[in-house]
Amino acid sequence: MTTKTLTIKQAINETLREEMRRDDTVIIMGCDVGVRGNPFGITIGLYDEFGAERVRDTPISEAAIIGACLGAAATGLRPIGEILFSDWITLGMDQLVNQIAKIRYMFGGKINVPLVIRAPVGAGGGQAAQHSQSFEAWFSHVPGLQVVMPITPFDVKGLLKTAIRSDDPVLFFEHKRGYEIQGEVPGEDYTIPFGEAAIRREGTDVTLVAVSIMVHRALSVAETLSQLGIECEVIDPRTIYPFDYETVLKSLEKTHHLVVTHESNRRSGIGSEIVSQLVERGFDLLDDQPVIVAGLDVPMPYNRLLESLVIPDEEKLKDAILKLMD
Amino acid sequence: MKKTTLVTMEETLIDIQEFKQNTMTPLKAPEDFPIEQQLEMYRKMALIREFDTAVKELWMQNYIYGLAHSYVCAEAIGVGTCAALEPEDFITSTHRGHGHTIAKGGDIKKMMAELMGKEEGYCHGKGGSMHIAAVDEGMLGATGIVGSGMPIAVGAALSSKVLGKDSVVVCFHGDGGTNQGVWHESINMAAAWDLPVIFLCENNQWAISFPYKKATKNPHISDRAIGYGIPGKTVDGFNPFAVYIAVREAVERARKGEGPTLIEAKYYRYIGHFVADDERYRDVKTNEPWKELDPVVRMAAYLEQDGGFSKEQVHETYESARQEVLDAIEFAKNAPEPSAETLFDGLHSPGFMEYLKSKGELA
Repeated sequence: MTTKTLTIKQAINETLREEMRRDDTVIIMGCDVGVRGNPFGITIGLYDEFGAERVRDTPISEAAIIGACLGAAATGLRPIGEILFSDWITLGMDQLVNQIAKIRYMFGGKINVPLVIRAPVGAGGGQAAQHSQSFEAWFSHVPGLQVVMPITPFDVKGLLKTAIRSDDPVLFFEHKRGYEIQGEVPGEDYTIPFGEAAIRREGTDVTLVAVSIMVHRALSVAETLSQLGIECEVIDPRTIYPFDYETVLKSLEKTHHLVVTHESNRRSGIGSEIVSQLVERGFDLLDDQPVIVAGLDVPMPYNRLLESLVIPDEEKLKDAILKLMD
Repeated sequence: MKKTTLVTMEETLIDIQEFKQNTMTPLKAPEDFPIEQQLEMYRKMALIREFDTAVKELWMQNYIYGLAHSYVCAEAIGVGTCAALEPEDFITSTHRGHGHTIAKGGDIKKMMAELMGKEEGYCHGKGGSMHIAAVDEGMLGATGIVGSGMPIAVGAALSSKVLGKDSVVVCFHGDGGTNQGVWHESINMAAAWDLPVIFLCENNQWAISFPYKKATKNPHISDRAIGYGIPGKTVDGFNPFAVYIAVREAVERARKGEGPTLIEAKYYRYIGHFVADDERYRDVKTNEPWKELDPVVRMAAYLEQDGGFSKEQVHETYESARQEVLDAIEFAKNAPEPSAETLFDGLHSPGFMEYLKSKGELA
């Protein structure tokens, strides 16, 4: 098996290219996906290879982009819709929540909905309140949608392939601070099934469930805490729905301590759901209260200092774990 | 209690006068339109009329649950439109979808079973009236959200273009839908991309309780086409041939790759918004003058006077439709209810459903 080193950005680009070569029904549509190759450079080169018909620059019309993806998916294409910043998915909420999520069910199972909506999530870099949000909790709340949030090049490639080949609608959230993360990726075609968490680091004292970019912060904290004699098991769920509770429960059998961390704000966040599910499924495994380390419940401020107060960083995560293990 | 109405009888009479002068056209089939097809058109209109008349009764008798919106008085639009389509063409619908489904060739037994929430219904009892769909017949489903079918139609037209097919899409929507933001986004996108879609606005002049003229400055919806650089046309929505001719022209244009057309089929909803609407927002007497334009009555008169059919033939055709609806009601009443085990069916693709079952996650 050959491997190569890619950034997440390159891994997405390569996946889109491979899937578009493999299957003529795969198309991409969104603002700036064509000639510009997306503001982060994700789709560079695809327009040249596949042309304007399959790599479609759209008007700035999120509702129409998302809704057209549905109409196309229902009639034989496998569209990948791109929303420039996940914050703006809100402009297409009716199509996503009331149509895409429900159309197969409402119509008695007769419509396939093979579509992917890709969008960057995540805070940092002074992008303020309308370019920094992560809505994984919103969409995992809606029956009919699947939510994927990988944060290594290997996972991004394998899970994006699964998403594109799936007959269900998938929200594929990429952390915008994660595009340059590097990693090894197999040269051969592969997919990763949804609902299988990855254990990023083994440990015996605390189970640390980290979502998206928090995986990397959690790994760094785990190294620091190891010096202090606390061994964290870092689990990356990779997909938010379906969620792999089995792997986390297995870890809790060993550690009996649970910390969940995500960058999006705390209130009604995905951490609340993860903790509540784990408490219901594995209450007896816990020796102490579960802890959630998440963003603060405030719109993301622009100022560097204020922004840093909102985003959960290594320091906040480390302090929370130390307090729990005290 | 004082009754407030937004449209007086005086205004109604002026509106009708204007409609008759500017929009209404005499029924006349195109010369190449086969005579048998004209009678078939009438049969479908009768089916819709009888179906939706029965729905109201059945709703009042509690056979039909939830909400239902009637297509009565819009029959000419759905039937005229679908007469210009091929089986492989698609339509998207509104909350008033029974007529669209019948016009596109839907099976009224499966429709009635769906409205009664039965397993043998089109959606296995998951959709009901507001989500009636006949996907195999190219009817991509009714929707309970005004204007929401617009981008779905655009996407279906995009499929046709990208996959190199010859099919077109008709996007039915109401005058209320024209004031949703997604209406603009969708027409603009379809026009920019020359997609094979016909935006067919059924202007019934009322968005539930609010008259279109008071919701919008320019009452001529088809004028908006100018803004998108596409053809726009207003036709007599009580006249199936007027609708047919306009749609046929738009379909030809779309199949040639020349892009979308906006057709405003203007009519008047002289019945309630939904089965239980008491119409307290208007003086129901103002409905009466419009009822004189009843499309089913007009079509029958045309067939007898100009179509070369006898009164008996026309009557028999109507009666056969009535009987078909009675049979559908009988079928639906006797059809089994869905079992509790079917609750999650159709939530995801079969593969993902299997996965969830294996994990014990479906409950």
